[in-house]
Amino acid sequence: MEYEEAKTKVVEELTKKQKTKSKFYFNDLSKILEMKPREAKKIVNKLVEEGVLEYWSSGSTSMYGLKGTGKQAGAEHEG
Amino acid sequence: MAKHETPLLDQLETGPWPSFVTDLKREAESRAKNEKGIEYQIPQDVCEDLLGVLELSFKHGRTHWKHGGIVGVFGYGGGVIGRYCDQPEQFPGVAHFHTMRINQPGGKFYTTEYLKDLCDLWEFRGSGITNMHGSTGDIIFLGTTTPQLEEIFYELTHKYNQDLGGSGSNLRTPSDCIGSARCEYSCYDTQAICYTLTQEYQDELHRPAFPYKFKFKFDGCPNCCVASIARADISFIGTWRDDIRIDQEAVKAYVGQELKPNGGSHTGRDWGPFDIQKEVVDLCPTKCMKYENDKLAINNKECTRCMHCINVMPRALRIGNDRGCSLLVGAKAPILDGAQMGSLLVPFIKVEEPYDEIKEVIEAIWDWWMEEGKNRERLGELIKRQGFQKLLEMTNIKPVAQHVQEPRTNPYIFWKEDEVEGGFERDINEFRKYHQR
Ligand code: SF4
Ligand code: SF4
Repeated sequence: MEYEEAKTKVVEELTKKQKTKSKFYFNDLSKILEMKPREAKKIVNKLVEEGVLEYWSSGSTSMYGLKGTGKQAGAEHEG
Repeated sequence: MAKHETPLLDQLETGPWPSFVTDLKREAESRAKNEKGIEYQIPQDVCEDLLGVLELSFKHGRTHWKHGGIVGVFGYGGGVIGRYCDQPEQFPGVAHFHTMRINQPGGKFYTTEYLKDLCDLWEFRGSGITNMHGSTGDIIFLGTTTPQLEEIFYELTHKYNQDLGGSGSNLRTPSDCIGSARCEYSCYDTQAICYTLTQEYQDELHRPAFPYKFKFKFDGCPNCCVASIARADISFIGTWRDDIRIDQEAVKAYVGQELKPNGGSHTGRDWGPFDIQKEVVDLCPTKCMKYENDKLAINNKECTRCMHCINVMPRALRIGNDRGCSLLVGAKAPILDGAQMGSLLVPFIKVEEPYDEIKEVIEAIWDWWMEEGKNRERLGELIKRQGFQKLLEMTNIKPVAQHVQEPRTNPYIFWKEDEVEGGFERDINEFRKYHQR
C-alpha cells in the first residue's frame, strides 16, 4: 500500500470511531492497515512524524490518536 | 513556614528510616533560599505544592494525579510520562508534573561530574527531585512542565551525550550489572552487549509498537544483581559449560579459618568456626559436592550453577572458563495474573560480538509477540496462553530436557504427528499381534 493511501485509510477509520474512542492501540492500527506489525510500524512512525497522529502514554502503555483530538487534548496543549 | 500544613506526611518522618518527606522538605527549603541564584524555569515552590497535594491525597484516600498524557519530545513515543494534577488551582506548582526517564549509564557507572551536571540541569529546568534508579534501571527526573521537555532533551543529548530511556509499550531501557568491569563472577561482558543492543534497537526503544512493555536485563552470573530472572521479558544470565575451578589449597585455608568465608561479609557476629560441610556441601541444591580427606569434589554434571559455593569461598572456587549465558524468557512483576519468573529458553549461548545468534532469537520472539500478543499482554502471559511449545516453534529452537521442569509438568512438550515416524495411524492387525483387546 502506498503511504498516501495508508494515511487516508487510517484517518478515515479513526475519524469514524471518534464518537466512542479517541485513543487506539498500535494493534488497532496494524489491523486497519491490514499489515504485519513491523510493516505497519513504518507507516505509523511516518504519520506521527508528519503530525497526523500523536502518541499518548500512561507511562506503562502507549496509544495513538489523531492529533488534537480527545478529552485531554484541550487541557494539554498549553499555549 | 511551610506553604501547606502536612500533619499526615510529617508522621512519616517519625519512623526509624530515612524519609522521602524529609528529602522533599529539604529540597523545598533549598529552592526557597536559592543560594546559588538559579533562574528556576518551573515554579520555585514545586516541592511545597507536591507535599500539599500528597497530603490531600492521604486525606481523601484517593490520587489527585490524572492518568497519562500526550506529552513527549519530538520523534519519541517514550521517555516522558505526562502527569497532570487535578487540583491545579490549589497546587499550581504541580499543575504539570511530568516524569522524564533518563537512560542510565551501563552498569550504573558514572562520575560525580556527570551526576552534578544532571542535577544542575534538573534544578534549573525541573523540580530537582530525582529517583535513582527506577525499577527498570533509569535515572528518573520527577516533575517538570511541558515547555521544558524539549529544552531538557536538547541539553541532555547535545551537552551530556545522554539519551532518554524507554517507557510505555516500548523496549524499556536495557539494564545490566557491573559485570566484568569489576566483578570476577561475570561470565560475559554485560556492558558490551547491553550497549550494543541499546544502539541496535533504538527504534524499538523510542517508538512504541509493542503490545506492552518489553525488558532486557543482563546479569553477568546467576547471582542476578539486576534481578533479570524476576523482571525481564528476556533475561541474559551468565553461566559456564565446563567445570568450576577448584583451588584445593584455598579450600583448606577456608576450612582452617585462614580465609574468611563470604569474602568477609556477615563477620559482625560470631557465627562459630566455618563448617564447610554444613555451610557449603549440605546447602548445595543439587547435592553434587562432597568434602572428603581434605579434598572438595564437585560433580559438575549435576551442578546447576547456583553460585552458592562460589559466593562462600570465592578464593577457592571460580567460575568455569567456557563461558556464555542462558536466555530465560517471560518474567514479570505481578500486575496481571501474578508474578512470574523467567523460563529457560536457551540453556547456553556464547556472548560474542556481533551477537547475531542472540539477535535472531530476540527478533523471532518479537515477531511472534507483536503478531499474537493482545494489548497489554506481556510475553510471559502469551507464553502461558499459547504454550511454551509454540514459543519453541516460533524461535526455531528444539525442545531439550532443560525445558522441562520435571516430567509431565509445565512446560509439557507434545509430539506432533509429522514428527513421529509413520504418523499416529497404526496398522491395527500388527498392533493386535502384541496386545490383546
Ligand atoms: S550478577 Fe554476578 S557478575 Fe553481575 S555483578 Fe552480580 S555477582 Fe557480579
Ligand atoms: S554452584 Fe551451586 S549447584 Fe553448583 S556445586 Fe556450587 S552449590 Fe552446588
